[in-house]
Amino acid sequence: MTGVAKQFALRLARTVDCFVASLLAMTAFCLLALPALAEDARTLAPQPPRGQGEHCVADTDFMRRNHMLMMMDHRREVLHDGVREKKYSLAGCVSCHAVKGADGAPVSFADEKHFCRSCHSYVAVRIDCFECHKSTPDAPQKSAVREQGNDAKKLAAYLREVKP
Amino acid sequence: MAKQRYHRLSDHSLPFWTLILLHGLAVAAGVASALYIESHGHGVTGMNNQIVWGLPHVFAVFLIVAASGALNVASVSSVFHRLVYKPFARLSGVLAIALLIGGLAILVLDLGRPERVFLTLFHRNLTSIFAWNIYLYGGFVALVAGYLYAMMDRRLSNDPRATAVFGWAAFIWRLILTTGTGSIFGFLIARDAVSGAIMAPIFIASSLLYGLAFTVLVLLTMSIETSDILCTKELIGKFRGLLALFAATTLALTLIAHLTKLYAAPTVAVELFLLRDGGIYPIVFWIGQIGLGLLAPLLLLAVMKSEASNVAELAGASILFLFGGLAQMYVVIIGAQAWPLNIFPGFEASSSFGDGAVATYAPTAPEFFLGISGVSIAMLIAALAFRLLPVIPQILANEAKA
Amino acid sequence: MSHADDEHEANIPATTAWMPGTIPGSSPGTGMTGGNRRNFLRGALAATLIAPGVTLNVFGANARPAGEPASTKVRWGLLVDVNKCSISCDACVRACNAENGLTGRSETDAQWIRKVTLNNSATEEIRSAPVMCQHCASPPCVDVCPTGASFKRADGIVLVDKHICIGCRYCMMACPFKARSFVHEDHDDQATHAPRGKGTVEGCTLCVTRVDAGQKPACVEACAKEGGALVFGDLNDPGSEISKALRQYPAAQLRADLGVDPGVFYAHLK
Repeated sequence: MTGVAKQFALRLARTVDCFVASLLAMTAFCLLALPALAEDARTLAPQPPRGQGEHCVADTDFMRRNHMLMMMDHRREVLHDGVREKKYSLAGCVSCHAVKGADGAPVSFADEKHFCRSCHSYVAVRIDCFECHKSTPDAPQKSAVREQGNDAKKLAAYLREVKP
Repeated sequence: MAKQRYHRLSDHSLPFWTLILLHGLAVAAGVASALYIESHGHGVTGMNNQIVWGLPHVFAVFLIVAASGALNVASVSSVFHRLVYKPFARLSGVLAIALLIGGLAILVLDLGRPERVFLTLFHRNLTSIFAWNIYLYGGFVALVAGYLYAMMDRRLSNDPRATAVFGWAAFIWRLILTTGTGSIFGFLIARDAVSGAIMAPIFIASSLLYGLAFTVLVLLTMSIETSDILCTKELIGKFRGLLALFAATTLALTLIAHLTKLYAAPTVAVELFLLRDGGIYPIVFWIGQIGLGLLAPLLLLAVMKSEASNVAELAGASILFLFGGLAQMYVVIIGAQAWPLNIFPGFEASSSFGDGAVATYAPTAPEFFLGISGVSIAMLIAALAFRLLPVIPQILANEAKA
Repeated sequence: MSHADDEHEANIPATTAWMPGTIPGSSPGTGMTGGNRRNFLRGALAATLIAPGVTLNVFGANARPAGEPASTKVRWGLLVDVNKCSISCDACVRACNAENGLTGRSETDAQWIRKVTLNNSATEEIRSAPVMCQHCASPPCVDVCPTGASFKRADGIVLVDKHICIGCRYCMMACPFKARSFVHEDHDDQATHAPRGKGTVEGCTLCVTRVDAGQKPACVEACAKEGGALVFGDLNDPGSEISKALRQYPAAQLRADLGVDPGVFYAHLK
């Protein structure tokens, strides 16, 4: 083997070494550092704002994977069958996950802070829901819940009791 | 007869490049218009809640109707065994697919939600003639493509049965397809101007005429481009006869349709509107569709001498027939909507929603560009096919000289 | 809002794939089981919370529990008593526009309901009547729709599924009553219960969310405060107000000759 070829082979080996080393370093970094970073709002991962209620209609993991299927199913039930379960509704999502803007009013889908956009912009999945649906919650109806609040709570408690 | 040879267009003359450039500009304008309409909504067009289908639909339906007719030459050669047409069967098939795609492109681009067009593959309502047409259009393209393959493939083309099977299938399919297109309008029970079974035969007759006119014009253009005399004296005579026959049939059926509706009391009013009182519509009908679109070219064909050198009349007549086709679609599509629906028989109705009043329609530039771009899309597809596939027949020049 | 469902959430396995047709925690149930009763009560509770201050018109036996799909046993219809419809009144139109958030340019605005002035060609008598989607039993718009976006609900209400509407407008060509409108521009002022957007077709929904909640359509409610020309109810129920009224005086469907069997009747139209 000539000197030149030997030198070339050596250089190649060194390059491969460097590459493997950096791969290893990156893997190690990912394994060690990312879980810590994921808690941090400064990372690139989406940080959807928390909803306002106590909890969502299903576990967060379930919702992340299946919300689109639930909505597809739900829209058929509501629109075609007229089944309007109160628990599940797009209006419910919009109202519970409303994000307030600088003026204190809930932001619309046009704002990048909108709950749905916080993930959908990140994963570059275009949704056209809000070309037709309202993306902000309705203004709370005047004194509606407050006046009826006690009755509602009692009725809800009753319903819990009679549940088989 | 010697074996027919075909060739691809390899290089183009300056006039041909100019044509391609013009068509390219038209397509660019059409695409820009479609984007503009989609992003701003149909409010930027002249279409409204009374005239829901406008200029784009005039062009689209015209092209779709012409597409099935463009297959004439191929059908005549394969189905009716007229050998003189055989060299042009390929060109006729290519043109049929090109025109159909041009028309469908306009139809799709004008949808309120064009991005949802593939939804029609998953959600299909089988009582809808629109849904049937999706099958009909898809089947037409597939059959004509199979037909072209049967004609072009070295092994298959030696077997006359393959061409015959595809030729027959495509021929029957195209008749059903045009029936479907005509019935889009014929099935509208409440639109007095167009409802009725005669819409299908009218559309079939028109399709034969417009398809052949397109074929003739493309053939003549290709004659100039290839410096071959593609249209022999014999062929010019045959085209002349066929065009006259198809035009006369279209004229007769149109006459019957209008007479029937003029005779029946419930539809007298709408007929008088379209034929006499409707402002723009009688003008488009009498001058556009009947005068310039049928009678004038018929006269041209009558006086022309059937000589190979005398193609100007044939070309002029074809252009006029196509113009007449657009006029016909304008009256059928826009005129039918301009006439108010008779929701309260026995009353003169009026409202803020155009009840009892003739609807006005002022097309805007984007609609026009979108519509005209369909023709250009079809022509560009044809030009591309002539480059890629052996479509243009070769030996006729020698034959003509001999 | 309805805390009665708390227990169900714990049962949802986090990794379960979503099966269409099964919303976790909802069990409509059949027959008058405890679950069914509970659903009914839950619906009543929700209605109390959702629409307080609004007069509830629960239609006796017709009131449908929240978890139950619309049924063919019911056919919703309208009766327009032309005698009671004043030419100068447009309360129904204003109520519809307010209820459904209908706005737009005057040229291309949507009109789900419109007042039509009628001049009798023979007697020169001038009448007036509202025209809205006639909710036909054999709706031409449903027949022609290529995707099935235009559909008739089991209880006779004709709707547009805007999720699958491609905006071809063939339904508008086919409708004998010009009851449909096309949305010609962007909107961001929709009402929560009445989604509508550019590029799709829309029309009177008979205020389907109100009807599902046991209320009358907005136009009917507004009309009651004026002439009371509109009656809403179940055409299949001989005891309903509309059926009784239809037995009392003759009423006609618009363009009955077309055979599309509209669910809207016009009385005293002459």
